[in-house]
Amino acid sequence: MNYLPILIALLKAVIMISVVMGIAAYAVLAERKIAGWIQGRYGPNRTVLPFIGVIPILGNMLTRLGIFQPVADGLKFIFKEDPVPGHVNKFYYFLAPCVAFIPAMTTMVVLPFGEMDGVPLVLANIDIGMLFILAVSSLGVYGIILAGWSANSKYPFLGGIRASAQMISYELAMGLSILPAFLWANAPGSETGLSLFNVVQSQDQLWMVFWQPLSALIFLVALFAETNRLPFDMPEAETELVSGYHTEYGSMKFGLFFVGEYTHIVIGSGVLVVLYFGGWNFLPGIPFPWPAGWAGGLLSTLWFLLKVFSVVFFFMWIRWTLPRFRYDQVMRLGWAILLPLALANLVLNAILIALFENWLV
Amino acid sequence: MANQDKQISIGDVVNRSVEFEEDLKGEIMNINVGPSHPSTHGVLRLKVQLDGEVVTEVEPVVGYLHRGDEKIAENMTYNQFIPYTDRLDYIAPLSNNVAYVLAVEKLAGLEVPPRCQAIRVICCELARISSHLLGVGVYGMDTGALTVFMYTFTERERLYTLFEQLTGARFTTSYTRIGGLTRDLPPGWLGNVINFLNQFEPVIEEIDKLMTRNRIFYDRTVGVGVITPEDAISYGVTGPNLRASGVACDLRKTNPYSGYEKYEFDVPVGSAGDCYDRWLIRMEEIRQSVKIVRQVIDSIPDGPWYAEEARKIYAPPKAKILTSMEELIQNFMLVTEGPQIRPGEVYFEAENPKGALGFYIVSKGGGIPYRLKIRAPSFCNLSILPKLLKGCMVADIPVILGSIDFVLGECDR
Repeated sequence: MNYLPILIALLKAVIMISVVMGIAAYAVLAERKIAGWIQGRYGPNRTVLPFIGVIPILGNMLTRLGIFQPVADGLKFIFKEDPVPGHVNKFYYFLAPCVAFIPAMTTMVVLPFGEMDGVPLVLANIDIGMLFILAVSSLGVYGIILAGWSANSKYPFLGGIRASAQMISYELAMGLSILPAFLWANAPGSETGLSLFNVVQSQDQLWMVFWQPLSALIFLVALFAETNRLPFDMPEAETELVSGYHTEYGSMKFGLFFVGEYTHIVIGSGVLVVLYFGGWNFLPGIPFPWPAGWAGGLLSTLWFLLKVFSVVFFFMWIRWTLPRFRYDQVMRLGWAILLPLALANLVLNAILIALFENWLV
Repeated sequence: MANQDKQISIGDVVNRSVEFEEDLKGEIMNINVGPSHPSTHGVLRLKVQLDGEVVTEVEPVVGYLHRGDEKIAENMTYNQFIPYTDRLDYIAPLSNNVAYVLAVEKLAGLEVPPRCQAIRVICCELARISSHLLGVGVYGMDTGALTVFMYTFTERERLYTLFEQLTGARFTTSYTRIGGLTRDLPPGWLGNVINFLNQFEPVIEEIDKLMTRNRIFYDRTVGVGVITPEDAISYGVTGPNLRASGVACDLRKTNPYSGYEKYEFDVPVGSAGDCYDRWLIRMEEIRQSVKIVRQVIDSIPDGPWYAEEARKIYAPPKAKILTSMEELIQNFMLVTEGPQIRPGEVYFEAENPKGALGFYIVSKGGGIPYRLKIRAPSFCNLSILPKLLKGCMVADIPVILGSIDFVLGECDR
């Protein structure tokens, strides 16, 4: 039996996980720096590794930029005392952070991030990529529910209930907002299917956001709700529920929730870029100016990452600007506004596309 | 509910539905909000009963910060109690200092010179700005907008720097004395205040832009925590919370003290009495305070800054004590026996940032109050909480608490 393909796949997976973990860690730093920038303060600017701080100009600059802060944060999470409250259900208490973290990391398997000589740069280019992402990412809610429930404590319990209600409500709107994009991409004769790579390729001239602005907006709002970011951070609303579902968690178990949330944001931004903002296509009308070979692959990946980071920045910008919704307002927005809107959008698009295909062409 | 047919066998559909209905009602959850909770601004504890996300019963528990200030006052001279007034509403210590000495001076029948009055007005209004800045900042934070808090806190730091230049302390100022002040204005301080106000006014407009017309903030606060004018009066609510309910009662206008009648300012009054009105009132009061401070600075009188004729109440300047026999004896008597206040009773209320801070003082003569009672506005304002919070959602608790803007140091004293 030939073990080489398995080894190569494993290596790729390890590289991907470390890169995404790195991005998530630096997203935390970016969050703190951006918060500082918005609020008129500095953000982390003291952490330094041994011997680096004494390098004349570079060391000082890196320290001021807070480059080493994620290292310190990670070490702190690992080495802190890990208290387990006596009143928790141990099994689910330990399971919850894993369940929150693993789906967030798993979704990246099917997320294409570049293109080299027409070959997608992705761990697994499956035909039902979008379905896979929806299916796996919705598992993440179990982590939060389990965390809230197993902690056997009141604030986490309320947070867990809010999280389950919110995430289930917005998943509907999210799923319905994606469908018009795929209806549009699946023009007669094309073989887009539900593959994310093909969706990007179908946007080589005009990005999906120009055809489907409403779908993009609904998807973005639902993404905020799915990742529990302000203004939708009901489950951990600090001033109401202390820390919501992870009130009883400490050290690395809390760290897993934390990294899981940021991974969710990064992957969610990636999906948004792939679906609506043309993926690694350069600009509307200029699809792929990169050279052939590995340089093109690298450049397209970097361009894709730049777009993703812009969306991540948008996430942080919103968080530090807007107040939080109330729980019933979130529910009303989800069920009474976004869901009918997404449904109407889907039906309208379906009719338009049918008209376009059958009579006008 | 039809409980009489309970004996019907388990298979009976009706019985099942009855049990199911009872299950559906669920149970009431008792939850403690505080004394250590991010949105209780100190050590307020709320015993809350929740039916799902809806609050059914609230019992505020106060007293975690009780220090017995009123009893402490009976064991020290009038001037020695001034540092304790810093710790009442520790967000605005200067206005507490002023309110306390005004009460004692009213008891003593003492008039302070116009310059002293003007300086006290500046102190009160800067303290009001400082308090309202914290009020709107944490209010914003309670609704989830953390940036507003940082903006207001930056301005408060600048105010603290001004207080430090004036009094020598950033936080616990203890600036006033019975019959005067600890010291005159430092040279150039008024210019610093003007500079502060000039750069401060755009910041207020920025906060206004960030929050006041914000749709989410509007939805969170309009119609939430409505206090009717009747309720406000019967619960003894004072200050911005009372005015937000539509009662135009501002002691600076109705019972002017310390020369407030000389300055022109508006008393903003709300119409709905909800959380949004309380936000608007605080924002407007900050602007009015800026207006008052500018007027005082424009018309600040010269002359003495303490009541020179009150020889048994206010200590003479240090230089005179060290050179003249008369003043040395005067100082000795004041230090050993305290300011001599005539027998009698007085109740004086001043319009503090949080509401009407009242002092009821009974004097039997001599330098020590026989009884000193503090009417703390935060305590009275909090008394309406059980009525206000009943029936609202969990997420409304921090919003209502933030909009009432209380300080536990004053509430528990």
